[in-house]
Amino acid sequence: MIKPISTLLSLSALAISTLALPATAANLDIKITNLTNGIYFTPLMIAAHNANTHLFQAGDVASANVQAMAEGGVTSGLAMFAQSMGADVIEDAANGLLGPTTSATINLTNSGSNNFLSLTAMMLPTNDGFVGLDSLQIPTAPGTYTYFLNAYDAGTEANDELITGGGAIGVAGIPADPGADAGNGGTGVSMIDNNTHIHIHRGTLGDTDLNGGISDLDSRIHRWLNPVAQIQITIN
Amino acid sequence: MNITSSILITMVVVTMVLAGCNDNKSTVSEYSVQIMNLTDNQPLAPVAVVLHQSGYHVFSAGTAASPALELLAESGDPVDIIAEANNSTNVLSTAATATATLPGENSQLTLQGTDNDTVLSLAAMLVNTNDGFIGIDTLNLGDMQRGDTLTLLTNVYDAGTEANSETTTTIPGLGGEGFNIARDDHDLIGIHPGVISMDDGLNSSGLDQSHRFDNPAARITVTRVK
Repeated sequence: MIKPISTLLSLSALAISTLALPATAANLDIKITNLTNGIYFTPLMIAAHNANTHLFQAGDVASANVQAMAEGGVTSGLAMFAQSMGADVIEDAANGLLGPTTSATINLTNSGSNNFLSLTAMMLPTNDGFVGLDSLQIPTAPGTYTYFLNAYDAGTEANDELITGGGAIGVAGIPADPGADAGNGGTGVSMIDNNTHIHIHRGTLGDTDLNGGISDLDSRIHRWLNPVAQIQITIN
Repeated sequence: MNITSSILITMVVVTMVLAGCNDNKSTVSEYSVQIMNLTDNQPLAPVAVVLHQSGYHVFSAGTAASPALELLAESGDPVDIIAEANNSTNVLSTAATATATLPGENSQLTLQGTDNDTVLSLAAMLVNTNDGFIGIDTLNLGDMQRGDTLTLLTNVYDAGTEANSETTTTIPGLGGEGFNIARDDHDLIGIHPGVISMDDGLNSSGLDQSHRFDNPAARITVTRVK
């Protein structure tokens, strides 16, 4: 875990909020890699925005837009919100699902004072797990910069780990397992969220019984540890 | 913190300022420290925060825990960490939260430092573990200007002083025993391997799936206010 720790420290160093911000546009290539073993990212939304805008913040109660993204992979609400704040938005950076250990690269030009980068995507199969980046200050010097991202729990839906097709807000269950590794007939892992604010996801429990057990997920395939994604930003 | 210890700490701070008189920048500074619990079901026991000079450590990964840290990590009680710090001439100020910081909640403390050599360390037990704690070992605040904010995500350490049996009788969050002087683990501080729980096949565990956690477990936000 030494590497993630040092990355977290360097991310923190970037978080000093009172540095003078040059208001110049930059052209960025952003490469996102899914680092998990068996988890898919639903449409990845990326936004370059100003210092006062957040797609989400750990510790807050999730907005309805975050809930829709985390429970069902729906990015339209978050995208409209970001655009209303003057952000430069890419709503589907990976052209659909981004599978385990695969990558996608997109190009983004940020404008004006949109010097902060955020990213969200639901993690499938989970109930309300998402990979997130909250307000990374975009580097200004040309070069390539690497960051690692964590998995969050939106705190809006109990992690029952049952594949039910439920992706709408407030509907229990997991919409689908794109990798088709999940089973069925589980009795349900958890009926409540203890922490109903956005927090670090405790991970999937799973089990090894595809036709029953406590979970429809497979503990050999669907577990992860942070970090769950890598992004490499190249300032052109 | 009681009045007596406040006075003692003020005296320490004044001493530091005088000792640093060669440096014109040396003045009393003040920091607000916020602790956000990012776990699902691991209340944080009272958080001990120490502002000190370089060279002091509340704990260090790869070394054996001090008796004060063992008490904090096994029982949640920060009293000896605070007392030990208040007895050190390298410490500028200390503070501890009075109550637990529950999942999804924030705690806030205010501490005084100096302008030129102020380092932050902190520790707090995850109460539904045998001897797990969040910690920061020496975060340098010396470059912060008034109004600056620093955000840090913290991992969970294992004090290495108590076997991770997860039995109900050994987990204070489940009503079990806190501190025990025996050291029946490998006796070196490392990153916590996580809890297994009864829901994942450890039948003797008193913990359930909600107590599992991944790093980071807390977000620390330091703002220099003076």
